[in-house]
Amino acid sequence: MSKEVHIHVEHLTRVEGHGNILMNAKDGSIKNVEWQISEAPRFFESFVRGRPYHELSHITSRICGICSIGHALASLKATEAAMNIPVSGQTVMLRKLALHGENMQSHILHVGYLVAPDLFGVGSVIPLVSSAPEVVKKIIALHRLANEMSDLLCGRTTHPITLIPGGFSEIPSEKQLLHLKSRLTDIIPVCEEVATVVLENADKLPDFSRETEYIGLTSKDEYALYDGDIGSTDTKPIDVDKYESVVNEFTVQQSTAKYCKHKRQSYMVGALARFNINADLLHPLAKKWAKKFGLKPVCYNPFMNNIAQLVEYVHSVEDSIALIDAILDAGLNRLERPKYSISKGRGVGAVEVPRGILFHDYTYNDEGICTKANCVIPTNQNHNNIQHDMEAFAPTLLDRPEKEIELNLEMLVRAYDPCISCSTHYLDVTFEH
Amino acid sequence: MKPKVAFFDFSSCEGCQLQIANLEEQIIDLINVVDVVAFREVMKEEAEPYDIAMVEGSICRPIDEKRLKHIRKQAKILVALGACAHLGGVQKLSNQWSSKENLKEVYPDASSRIVSDKNPFFEKPRHKALDEVVKVDYVIPGCPIDRTEFLKVVSALVNGKTPPIPDYPVCVECKKNENECLFTIGKFCMGPIARAGCGAICPTHGNECEACRGYVSHPHENAQFSVLEKYGLDADEILHRKTMFMYKYHEEEEKKSKEEKQ
Repeated sequence: MSKEVHIHVEHLTRVEGHGNILMNAKDGSIKNVEWQISEAPRFFESFVRGRPYHELSHITSRICGICSIGHALASLKATEAAMNIPVSGQTVMLRKLALHGENMQSHILHVGYLVAPDLFGVGSVIPLVSSAPEVVKKIIALHRLANEMSDLLCGRTTHPITLIPGGFSEIPSEKQLLHLKSRLTDIIPVCEEVATVVLENADKLPDFSRETEYIGLTSKDEYALYDGDIGSTDTKPIDVDKYESVVNEFTVQQSTAKYCKHKRQSYMVGALARFNINADLLHPLAKKWAKKFGLKPVCYNPFMNNIAQLVEYVHSVEDSIALIDAILDAGLNRLERPKYSISKGRGVGAVEVPRGILFHDYTYNDEGICTKANCVIPTNQNHNNIQHDMEAFAPTLLDRPEKEIELNLEMLVRAYDPCISCSTHYLDVTFEH
Repeated sequence: MKPKVAFFDFSSCEGCQLQIANLEEQIIDLINVVDVVAFREVMKEEAEPYDIAMVEGSICRPIDEKRLKHIRKQAKILVALGACAHLGGVQKLSNQWSSKENLKEVYPDASSRIVSDKNPFFEKPRHKALDEVVKVDYVIPGCPIDRTEFLKVVSALVNGKTPPIPDYPVCVECKKNENECLFTIGKFCMGPIARAGCGAICPTHGNECEACRGYVSHPHENAQFSVLEKYGLDADEILHRKTMFMYKYHEEEEKKSKEEKQ
């Protein structure tokens, strides 16, 4: 076979941020295949230096519009760890609820608006509005509810207002929480209807597997999202403070890209990683849907990340209902306000955001001014794994038409739900000569 | 014929475009009155030219300037979407340091190879608002934008009217919401000089205004300074606190005073 294949997708669509796919093949073998990032650097870790501690979560939430709540929470946890600021049980439960709202919003945005067009063979969700209006309306209902949760807990859907060091500037009333609980209960059948449609079309997801390591927060008590140790499919849990020994950021000789690796050549984070580590702790309905999709730990097919996201949406609905019950059973205290004093120190905060485990690491001086910051973003950690998947996946596609190869490679990147703007120090610069 | 609208993004969190996705069912109303011809975050298709370009993000490198200038040429009306496009975003704060210093802080191990103007992805990174590069016709301010305001602006543009962006301070909306003034409970607030239109959303949820929508056209800065002094804040802190979204104004003042000296 002497076919030459050249693929160059500039500014991949239906992902957050700017990335390119480059592939060249000749005589049935791949010459090169690359996942490039052209996003401009924004230098968050540089310009937070000199800012006071109470601004940090407001500034770093701006790293990402889709996971601004997760960034705010990782940021607050880092600040609270640095200054030994205590938080109440009520604060933890309300923060978990906020995080569920964001995970639900992001997952359904990805599966419903960004991935579904591939399953239906169209370019965007817009043609689906006329061809499959009932399904689109259901997806919108799931998205709307998730945003209502964020509005209620955080003051707005993007860039949370109420999340502050030590607690909240404002919390919902009992009546509002009860209303949310009834909305969550009512959404369960809609969830199942959308999952049924996805199940009917799940055969469009490529059957591709590559063994790799999966990393995510883990806890004995629950399917970890807000807190836990660093779990891995390859090792025992590791303390969050030792995150640098897990992410091992490094630069590759032939490119300026920063990669992450732990026990193998690369690792994956995100919904599939969390599922692979913590599947036993999912709520019953989420477990039922994982089974229907044939999703079992350890699943090595990255395309199943889309399905793991859908399963997590169901889990988040179930867990949110349980959290509201627990908050109200404990008796809601709306007058609770944070209490702390400013001190110097260094702290690390880790949270599971939609795309995987996120670390913020800050050092403060005795006036509470940030002097050093490091943020390790999920997409950053996935980059190396995307590249290795692409290298393994591309050769299996070579006998297909160029458009189909391109679509499959795009779908692979999209399955990771990459959030490129997030990647504050995420570089992959290659030059085509 | 429906006006053709295109969405573009530069350095940003893409949270403003997300507010459009967050319109939920109203997106369907929107696509009934405009023809969306480009929206990379949610669609694959792209077509030129367009009547209205909605541009999110700050402009960082020569390759970004080139792309923005191309968009400007293709568009009859160019709208800056959100604080990054309007004011350069929080990342404008990075202009306090040189590009080299920023690169060294963020990429300590790789900087010597990356700091090269031969590499277009890392060529002279400095964050600019859109109007520092091209003519901007209208601004939808905010971090993020308010989705209701976005719809009002689109509806005005479709009908050939000037978009209704308020030019009075956040305090007006805050008072209307019957909030307790944050200064009286010992907090700092930019409300007296920040542009309204957000419904005073931050003070209403117990947090201070950070002026993400920029200043009103004629801010009464002296009055704001005396209010702050009354509550025990010194000039240094006032100037520092003004910069989270306001570094563009700071740069403009510096430029002006430099020119005056010359």
